[in-house]
Amino acid sequence: MADVPSVKEKYTGKIEEIAFGNCVAGGADGMPFLSFENTLKRRPIIAGEVVDDLADYPEMAAEMFDGRQKDPVEWANMWKEIGADMICIKFLGAAPDKKGTTPEEAVSIVRGISDKTGLPVMVLGCGIADIDNRIAEAVGDAMKGTKMILGRTEEHEYKKISAVSMSNGHAVLAFSNLDINLAKQMNILLTDFGVERSSITMDPLMAALGMGLDYSYSVNERIRLAALSGDKMLQVPMVCDCTGAWDVADAVSTDDPSLGDAKHRVAWWEALTALAAMLSGADILVMRGPGAADMARVYSEELAGVS
Amino acid sequence: MATAIEFFKLLPKTNCKDCGQPTCLAFAMLLANQKAKIEDCPHISEESKNALSESAAPLMRTVSVGVGKTAVEMGGETVLYRHERRFVNQTAYALTVCDDLEGEPLKDRVDAISALGFERVGMVFATDMISIKNVSGDPVRFAGTAKAVSSIWNKPLILESGDAVAMEKALDSIGKLRPLIYGADAGNIEKMAALSKKHGCPLGIKADNPESAADLAVKARAVGAEDLVLDLGCPNLKRCLEDHTVARRAAVKKKFKPLGYPLMNRVGCGEYAVAMAAVSTMKYGSLVIFDNLESYEALPLMTLRQNIYTDPQVPIQVKQALYPIGNPGEHSPVMFTTNFSLTYFTVRADIEKSRIPVWLQIINTEGLSVLTAYAAGKFEPEKISEAFEESGVLSKTDGPVIVPGLVARMSGRLEEMIGRKVIVGTNESKQIPKHLKELTSE
Repeated sequence: MADVPSVKEKYTGKIEEIAFGNCVAGGADGMPFLSFENTLKRRPIIAGEVVDDLADYPEMAAEMFDGRQKDPVEWANMWKEIGADMICIKFLGAAPDKKGTTPEEAVSIVRGISDKTGLPVMVLGCGIADIDNRIAEAVGDAMKGTKMILGRTEEHEYKKISAVSMSNGHAVLAFSNLDINLAKQMNILLTDFGVERSSITMDPLMAALGMGLDYSYSVNERIRLAALSGDKMLQVPMVCDCTGAWDVADAVSTDDPSLGDAKHRVAWWEALTALAAMLSGADILVMRGPGAADMARVYSEELAGVS
Repeated sequence: MATAIEFFKLLPKTNCKDCGQPTCLAFAMLLANQKAKIEDCPHISEESKNALSESAAPLMRTVSVGVGKTAVEMGGETVLYRHERRFVNQTAYALTVCDDLEGEPLKDRVDAISALGFERVGMVFATDMISIKNVSGDPVRFAGTAKAVSSIWNKPLILESGDAVAMEKALDSIGKLRPLIYGADAGNIEKMAALSKKHGCPLGIKADNPESAADLAVKARAVGAEDLVLDLGCPNLKRCLEDHTVARRAAVKKKFKPLGYPLMNRVGCGEYAVAMAAVSTMKYGSLVIFDNLESYEALPLMTLRQNIYTDPQVPIQVKQALYPIGNPGEHSPVMFTTNFSLTYFTVRADIEKSRIPVWLQIINTEGLSVLTAYAAGKFEPEKISEAFEESGVLSKTDGPVIVPGLVARMSGRLEEMIGRKVIVGTNESKQIPKHLKELTSE
């Protein structure tokens, strides 16, 4: 037999581990799934997406949840039944032009999800800083002792969410826009503010397949390589939200029969986005379609060698 | 592949500009990026030239399958990660035609494979090759099917058989088309390699792992077969990811020649086959042969391939044109943005979310995003007004023209130039639905 030279890389860095009960993110000490250099045998966490307001939620996705999507708690429980490890609740309805979900209502929904499923929760808002801060503060305080991820913090808007996370033992989601330097800058801002590195998760923006996935794939790889090479400010678990796949016209279009069945197509669109995310370093995947989430779970178990 | 500094050391360092570059260092950087040839320097010494050719020798062989314009090149890769330097030759996808088909069913099958294709962002996605699989066990039949397919399919072919007699028969018939001979294994490597040498056709080697692939490659080379494609026999996603990584790293980082060849996978059809192909496309596969591929699988997979093989330094662009979104009418608003595909898709998706019809004018900014293009003078009122003129959008609607918020300062001049009131839009694309709703409710 030929002697193939060893290609194991000697890395000096390791990704922080964050435990949400039994559900642990991070911990890699080599590039994803390479058992000859990465001692971690763990697949990424699958976080099922739940929204509080279906106004802007695609009908094709809603149909897949048998009506249970009308109640966020029931919806989250269905995610648990189909194998999700975490729930990512997005309070899109908190925007003033939507149903106007209040912080109190948000607390009751998150508490309901947590009580019913026992799964860890990631709480995201509607993108309007003041509203999102109030939701994070209310939920963060109310859920003291049950570790969650509160997000998103951004370059000019991170103090309130960071403060409530620190005083209640939650983790923070640090958002940056497709750039390794900005990603690092966010983590520096948060640690300077007092957030422990072991309480930070980073969201470098996962662009969907056909929507700039090439950028995300390379930014993720660069982040992970830099972290493994010893850059402490990048050694935190990476969150990749793959639900952007549903915004791609080619993925969901039903106009052109030559593109094949849209339900299957969008499932692949999201699943391939997830595969690209996990091969480039994702530790937590936010998923919308149950089929795509299932593929992401099964394939990542196989890749991680835990199936 | 040498770095720019390694090249620089061997150059005359006179900055004579005879190569067309301002300095020797600039030339060295082009060499390192494979954008210039050593011969472009007229003053280089023989000694340096030899040293440079040596370090410029490919770490992975480029293997071409087929002839003429439709020939497909595979391999020739020099890096592990696409941010280091672009991946050169994208993964080729082949579909299977079995040699138990003939007549009309055979023609229907080839037609169906030809029809599997899409156009996206001005690029055509299609199947690259057909693999003719010897399921009949009959050499004459195999050769006959190969001949029949070659008369109605003008792209490259793969001959898939473990039977050297059948392979020889088929090569006698279509060997001039430079098909990939796929089926060399430990049992027939000498015979298959000899056929590869005799017909000048590339050879696909079926191994069980990187070690046995390297062994078989050495044996094939000994017989004189030079253009090899290695199937590492990956049975699952994990082996595909790990063994492909081992082979690519061994080839480009350790300069291990026996694995310095393009890699291939043979998969079946259905969900798992697509997942294998996706892993192979992202991680170093140059060819995937499927039994079959549905269009709902092919479009996402081919989009993935296009994303992975995009040059990270050259953004994907869309055509400068007027894109009507949601059936806009004579009062619908006009929006405009750059032709950077990411910007276009994001803006388009956000307009669609609003469910308000819009005329979207795309301006050719050579793929730059809004702010960068504005700073570079490629997104100016003059250019925008020209594009409006070219598409005639202002005669299609009397609706308001919305300027991207990031370049609000051009509003005044644009208003003057087009003689139409303009409105300042949002800084961020995700705010578009809200802004459009407010605008139309007024």
